[in-house]
Amino acid sequence: MNPPASTLFTASPEWQWLIIGYFFLGGIAGGAYVLAALIDLFGDPLDRPLARLGYLVTFPVIAVCGVLLIADLRRPLRFWHMMLQSETLRPMLKTWSPMSLGSWALLLFGGIAFLSFLAALADDGRGRWPRLAILRPPGLLGTLLALAGGVLGFFVAGYTGVLLTATNRPIWADTSLLGLLFLVSGASTAAALLALLGRRRAPSSRTGLHALERFDSVLLVLELITLVALVVSLGGMARIWLGAWGALLVVGVVGLGILVPLALYRRSLHAGGLSGAAAAVLVLVGGFLLRVVIILSSDGV
Amino acid sequence: MAQAMGFFTDTTVCIGCKACEVACKEWNQLPAANGGVNTLSGDSYDNTRRLDGIHWRHVRFVEQFTPDRSEGRWLLMSDVCKHCVRAGCLDVCPTGAIIRTEFDTVVIQSDVCNGCRDCIGACPFGVIDINPASGTAQKCTLCYDRLQVGLEPACAKACPTDSINFGPVADLHKLAEARVGKLHAQGEKRAYLYGADEKMLGGLNSFFLLVDRPEVYHLPPDPQLPTRRVRSSGWTSVLGALVVGLAGLVSFRTRGRRE
Repeated sequence: MNPPASTLFTASPEWQWLIIGYFFLGGIAGGAYVLAALIDLFGDPLDRPLARLGYLVTFPVIAVCGVLLIADLRRPLRFWHMMLQSETLRPMLKTWSPMSLGSWALLLFGGIAFLSFLAALADDGRGRWPRLAILRPPGLLGTLLALAGGVLGFFVAGYTGVLLTATNRPIWADTSLLGLLFLVSGASTAAALLALLGRRRAPSSRTGLHALERFDSVLLVLELITLVALVVSLGGMARIWLGAWGALLVVGVVGLGILVPLALYRRSLHAGGLSGAAAAVLVLVGGFLLRVVIILSSDGV
Repeated sequence: MAQAMGFFTDTTVCIGCKACEVACKEWNQLPAANGGVNTLSGDSYDNTRRLDGIHWRHVRFVEQFTPDRSEGRWLLMSDVCKHCVRAGCLDVCPTGAIIRTEFDTVVIQSDVCNGCRDCIGACPFGVIDINPASGTAQKCTLCYDRLQVGLEPACAKACPTDSINFGPVADLHKLAEARVGKLHAQGEKRAYLYGADEKMLGGLNSFFLLVDRPEVYHLPPDPQLPTRRVRSSGWTSVLGALVVGLAGLVSFRTRGRRE
């Protein structure tokens, strides 16, 4: 008889709804910035309103993320212990600890997202300081900021999966693909949100919206492949998903969150109409359910 | 650095009196569970059930009986933090609250911990939990305060059968090996040491003598460091970022030309 898996002998950190919310919103924030930066740096000038929308979404969402994370601490007023050693006030950083590295990434990303947010407002002619528009590409400063923010955006979207892996909990610690899965899903949900908001906020970028839908379709396929690979990599531990969690994963995440949106995006690209919006909403629901399943199915063991 | 200090817990002489649990609670001023209202587990004579933020020692009762209860045996084990030489909790702690002391033990500084709970999921043994009184993660300190003034930990002091042995880890290894040899000679061939070997997380400074498989005592058969997959997860994520970035580049760049 094979001995049971060692991850079954551990205790749950009880990361629940606040953390699920953070993982979902963090993916959107990171992904939205990456998309905005990609469009700004390499896209058509006609799509600049879409990129601006990305910056305008990123900062408020990442700010909410910070609040969720602090609220989840059992001693919230000590949140700054993540950044500074409480006794000496020297910087606190462990590059080998995903949570430590992630805290710093979040702080830096938040700062960059704030600057890009101001620049996007200035670009819109709405900000008080129009000169802040230099913080957006194509200028040198703006380009550097977009590059740094893009790299950090990817990090913020993906590190949460690595953070789960760096435990000894069932499912989380039994695969190396959670970071990849969350990164792809984060970018996908961000594309969906931008496509959805862009319909009202940047209608002039119609072709850009189509590009977003095409991009999201590619990501959904990638997400499905990653998810299948992840289940395979879990081996016997995937048995935990035989039951309600598996049903939610198959119906909610794969069916409603990936396959149906793929079909709807296809229809939207050919016939237009509201199917693109419906697809985007379902992608967001699926992205949320993915995190619910991953986090709570392990918590219950 | 002082000598590495630890526990050798010989489960074969444990009588399940829970004096260690009481002594630990007394010395460390740990609050009662459930506000002091008695709750029974209902399926065991053990009513404290597990290690957590307010139980830093826990005597596990393994009650092995046939369904008609005509045959059976008790296995009793006083469980505690393993003070791993390669400690996963210490690795992941983002605040630096978890430290390694001059006695090679692992201690959580309650005034630094902010209750993020990363260490709880990281511990391969499920030892750590939040103490609701402090809102911080807590576990056995191997009585760091007592060690600093030359006293032995409260649990070892209280143990009436010397199931809990305290001392320099090197001495404990000798004692434990002699005990295993003696048990084998007496016919108890199942006796073996759990965690004395460096292969298990660099060695556990708190190790055990067992007479059944680890999982019977609710110990992991093959405990691992939580950081073992960080590198591979990081690289697959970087690969993913490249693919996603490339997909974005293609989607937004070629669009203008195609339409």
